[in-house]
Amino acid sequence: MLARPETSPAAAILPVRGLADRVSDLFWRRPRLLLALLLAPPLAWLGIVYLGSLAALLLQSFYAIDEFSGLVVPEFTLRTYAELFRPSNFDIIVRTVTMAACVTLAAAIVAFPIAYFAARYARGRWKAAFYIGVMLPLWSSYLVKVYAWKLILAKEGIVSWAFEGLGASAILNAVLALPTIGGASLSTSYIGTFLVFLYVWLPFMILPMQAALERVPKSMLEASADLGASSRQTFRHVILPLAMPGVIAGSIFTFSLTLGDYIIPQIIGSSRRFIGQAVYQLQGTAGNIPLAAAFAMVPILIMLVYLAIAKRKGAFDAL
Amino acid sequence: MRSDATRAEAPVLEQRAPEALPGKAAPRRWRRRADDGVVGRPPLPLTIAAIAGLLFLHLPILLIFLYAFTTEERTYQFPPPGLTLEWFEVTWNREDVWPPLYLSLRVAVVSTVLALVLGTLCAAAMARTSFYGREQISLLIILPIALPGIITGMSLRSAFHVMDIPFSTFTIVLGHATFCIVIVFNNAIARFRRISVHILEASADLGANAFQTFRYVLLPNLGSALLAGGMLAFALSFDEVIVTTFTAGQQSTLPIWMLQELVRPRQRPVTNVVAIVVVILTFVPILIAFHLTRGGEETAGQGK
Repeated sequence: MLARPETSPAAAILPVRGLADRVSDLFWRRPRLLLALLLAPPLAWLGIVYLGSLAALLLQSFYAIDEFSGLVVPEFTLRTYAELFRPSNFDIIVRTVTMAACVTLAAAIVAFPIAYFAARYARGRWKAAFYIGVMLPLWSSYLVKVYAWKLILAKEGIVSWAFEGLGASAILNAVLALPTIGGASLSTSYIGTFLVFLYVWLPFMILPMQAALERVPKSMLEASADLGASSRQTFRHVILPLAMPGVIAGSIFTFSLTLGDYIIPQIIGSSRRFIGQAVYQLQGTAGNIPLAAAFAMVPILIMLVYLAIAKRKGAFDAL
Repeated sequence: MRSDATRAEAPVLEQRAPEALPGKAAPRRWRRRADDGVVGRPPLPLTIAAIAGLLFLHLPILLIFLYAFTTEERTYQFPPPGLTLEWFEVTWNREDVWPPLYLSLRVAVVSTVLALVLGTLCAAAMARTSFYGREQISLLIILPIALPGIITGMSLRSAFHVMDIPFSTFTIVLGHATFCIVIVFNNAIARFRRISVHILEASADLGANAFQTFRYVLLPNLGSALLAGGMLAFALSFDEVIVTTFTAGQQSTLPIWMLQELVRPRQRPVTNVVAIVVVILTFVPILIAFHLTRGGEETAGQGK
């Protein structure tokens, strides 16, 4: 290529050497064609496999099950959606949304010091340590994490042992005796479910929060200090508002993941079900795919509203 | 939100202005505090809270390692009454552990390769262009991980039901590749944005066509980002359980095997040993991915 003969100065435009060159020329003249060719395979995949499946889900949710034969009747009806509002089903939805909201709020509170420290004060080696320290739990096996908490919260596990060692078993028993959130042991109570949700989704809150905090310009903090604001005022009026998009971005994950999870409440929790468990059982043992599909539409609708609000608050730039 | 902050600044300004007048030295207390607010040392409560948070994230995983050596077979007793190595041997000889492991590895490899191709193509198209529908496409890419896994699983299940597709390794891969695309995409697009346009122009000036530029200029520059994305996609697929339960039929991957053992345990310590193997098999790719994208603007695993 480089050893082109110097004797033909007229050849400023190189001769076309084959099909690859011809195609390259075409791309050069029509950049949109290249764009379309690049996008076609991924869009075909996501369009057919993912959107197609979502459409199938939507379609199934408008079918209903025949009460006598137990077979799915492929006719359009809203009866299945009406079933969602039966008290027993509606309770499941309320319970799940309440849990998701609590987990999100708690995650935001617990994540903040970690994200704030990593963004403002950690430098060099410490910065890497914090990054890895959040990344490893985020990416390590989900089931292993849930399993670890089973070990911790079980009746004979580490928490009971610690309380006993401190002579504080009475406190633990008093907490477990509370109605609704209590239970026979931590691993069969809502407190346990909540703790595991919080643990498993926490890194999803830390990372976007840290990214948003890192983008707060130092000059603004200096300006705030120059204007005489105390560090508390700076925090309240400068840092917190600027970190909000990060918090919302993180909350998309914590909220959405809690809405759909069915394994954590199955392994650690009481017999009162969440949306994910309802979907899983309805499509599996009960064989009621239409109702399972209608249940699955609930998190989709909630998340679409949530995403629309988040987008307006500018959270997508922090994702 | 921002207007809120501006409004609130006004009274603060009035209160503090006299101290900050030129010619008059600011009181020491004020100066020190201003300094602390910008760089300085972290307040002690913050340091404690941050470190406690990190410990909260790590101690439970470490606990798994302790439990793999316990002599207690039936309960989750803490502290373990004794320590032994026999469970590693027992696990090695259990016939039912190996097929799920092979299936998990196979699925993860195929899904990663698919995600690498599709995610890179998408990133190449979206890195520096703007066109109608761009935002919708980026939403479509993040949707499989922004919506709960049960939606992806249930949707695929409905689609297989409607189209009468039998469950197989292929149906598992369909789900896994879909949510792995975004991981590769994130890593690839960050690198594409960092690669200077000038080297591509230089390549064209030297007479290379688009394919040669891709092969000799673009690919070597993308290499480590793609490897990092691939590692993370592999770890994600290897570990996935929710989507898999809906698409696997009778087959079980390693996470499904673990889930079954958690619900109906046969030998609890064997589950502990498998858990350790899973932790190590996912930690290695993550650490490699971190190493490969270190120092850049890239966030190897932002968003899962």
